[in-house]
Amino acid sequence: MEKILTRFWGDISNLPESRKIALMYWTVAIALFGAQLLFGLIAAYQYINPDFLYTVMPFNITRMLHINAMVVWLLMGFIGGIYWLLPDETGRDVVGAKLGRIAFYLLTGAVAVVVLVYILVQMGKGNFFTMWFINEGREYIEAPRWADIGIVAVMGIIYYNVLATVLKAKKITGLLGVLLIDLIALAGLYVAGMFFTPNITYDQFWWWWVVHLWVEATWEVLVGVLMGWALMHVLGTPRRIIEGWLYLEVLLVFGTGILGLGHHYYWIGTPEYWLGIGGFFSSLEPIPLVAMIVHAVYDAGVHKLQTVNRPALFFIFLQAFGNFFGAGVWGFMHTLPQINLYSHGTQMAASHGHLAFFGAYVATNLVLMYIALQHIRAPHGPILDSKTWKIAYVGMIVSMVGMVGALLVAGFAQTFFERAIGGATWQDYIMSQMHPWVKIPMYWRLGFGILFFIFYFVLVYDMLTIGKKKVEAVEVKPA
Amino acid sequence: MKVGWLEVTVATLFLTLVLGAVWTRGRNWLDPEFWKRYAIIGSAIMFIALIILTFDTLAKTKIGSDRVPSPTVINYKIDYKYDPEKGYFKPVIGPEKELLFGKEYSEEEAMELIVKGKLVIQSRACMDCHTLLGNGAYYAPDLTKAWLDPKWEKVMIAATQSKTKEEAMVKFLMHPDKYATWTRRMPNLDIDEEEAKAVVAYLKWMAAINTNGFPDHFGESKLVKF
Repeated sequence: MEKILTRFWGDISNLPESRKIALMYWTVAIALFGAQLLFGLIAAYQYINPDFLYTVMPFNITRMLHINAMVVWLLMGFIGGIYWLLPDETGRDVVGAKLGRIAFYLLTGAVAVVVLVYILVQMGKGNFFTMWFINEGREYIEAPRWADIGIVAVMGIIYYNVLATVLKAKKITGLLGVLLIDLIALAGLYVAGMFFTPNITYDQFWWWWVVHLWVEATWEVLVGVLMGWALMHVLGTPRRIIEGWLYLEVLLVFGTGILGLGHHYYWIGTPEYWLGIGGFFSSLEPIPLVAMIVHAVYDAGVHKLQTVNRPALFFIFLQAFGNFFGAGVWGFMHTLPQINLYSHGTQMAASHGHLAFFGAYVATNLVLMYIALQHIRAPHGPILDSKTWKIAYVGMIVSMVGMVGALLVAGFAQTFFERAIGGATWQDYIMSQMHPWVKIPMYWRLGFGILFFIFYFVLVYDMLTIGKKKVEAVEVKPA
Repeated sequence: MKVGWLEVTVATLFLTLVLGAVWTRGRNWLDPEFWKRYAIIGSAIMFIALIILTFDTLAKTKIGSDRVPSPTVINYKIDYKYDPEKGYFKPVIGPEKELLFGKEYSEEEAMELIVKGKLVIQSRACMDCHTLLGNGAYYAPDLTKAWLDPKWEKVMIAATQSKTKEEAMVKFLMHPDKYATWTRRMPNLDIDEEEAKAVVAYLKWMAAINTNGFPDHFGESKLVKF
């Protein structure tokens, strides 16, 4: 393992164990990022040529792999982030390094088995064996039950590691306090998705507890912690300011996001009061994201953009703006029930999902990874910089905006033709899908998707090479 | 007093503001501790509100409730009509009977069928192409009111050489690749007859759930004329 990590990341002999574990998670995360894109491309191509892999790997399987790879790699990235900042925040190495490594291998092994079963077995008969060992068929949390239990156990180990390290260090920072509470909520919520019920209203009610309260509440707070720590390290923002902002963000994220859950309870059989509660609170959900932008831009302005880590700084900007536009603006567009009645379950949601996950979560992970790269390869300066990260950065943003724009056009047209003019039936669906305004954007989406995949390789190349070459001495301006 | 969305919204915001103000009194608003206390109060109040609403929602949506009916509704005719009082489309159940597969199911038998149907739907990852109650993927049509879809009677009965809608649905589910009506075909998911019947029962039952009017004016299309 050490050899592999050294090869990918550089000389890690001086790193504390906690940070080595972080690099292990990130290595797998980046590989799964590639897998996510690959299956996404296949799914996107199936929209255009439905016969492609029709009998071998139908759309539901490629799409399942696309979204599951995403959830897992983002989560692994976050875990890596936690292990990376832990020694820094507590002033000591992680307590259970060996346990942490075992948990890593367990999780990676479980993910590998689940993916192999998805690819080779794909589906089972309608019985509990399938639920336990093949797939549970609930979007995003399709993983079979045995893997669910494994995931919670692994999260338990990670939680123990954070808590035990904090206790042993006898030091708790505001960042760690928020992290400890948020992780309990994050792991606890996953349990809400681990049962079978024939009542589809109950099913989707609890399913959204996992999906929404993860991505629109606990993940947002986790990202607040990671980005707060990143701002301290990339720009040198004082801890007092970071922690003050973090608390404000927690107030706003949980204050709007917990009852904002109601925007998933409009049409699943749940009572009418959710229309009002969900509509009101979810339309306030962009507010914390504005606060995060103000925070990042203000800090960067105060420091006149001077940093020792240019890619990390720019991915911080991407995170702030991407989160605001993707999660905030794109979410707001279809969050009121009066619009959602027609746009629910159309490509509008796909457009929102792509930009939100990219902005809020992909960018966060890349910020943390670039901070690690600088720490390993250029700890004493000069600044970490290269040409290729800029190409990857601009390329990924352009191709993501292209995909999101295409899906948005398709989503608007689908909403209008299938749901407003049409009667939302099977044939209305087909007619709207064949409409040029839905059909042509699917080609754009594939094109920009291929472009994104290319820039992913540029990104990986940059991560492998940045800071390795000795650059000529430039004036170092520490933050 | 009837508690609705507005009361919940105003109460949670008011409590957050007031309790937060009490707990942070005398503190400078630039002090991180000020916001820490507000964060704790705000999160706790919203979470408590969610728990209370969850109990209320679960009670109102259990199987056999007004919103999520008993599985025996599969013995009745199900329709979807505009309710002028509510301002949205609502399922209309019965009163006339409309047996499924020519059989009257007891509560127990119907429940068994629904459980089986749900297991089949999950085992084939239907949600990763279709949407159910609008949730899932967008590669195939929404199934919320699929039972009421006019295409079964207008096209699929003849295409599958069936006598009834449910027979056509079963044949289609067992061999979707054979009865495709479009280039984007549903794959053959190895669904046997027993499983297909359970799925049909599930779709009929699901069409009877009150979804607050989603999808709007289902089946009343200006786009499609059979």
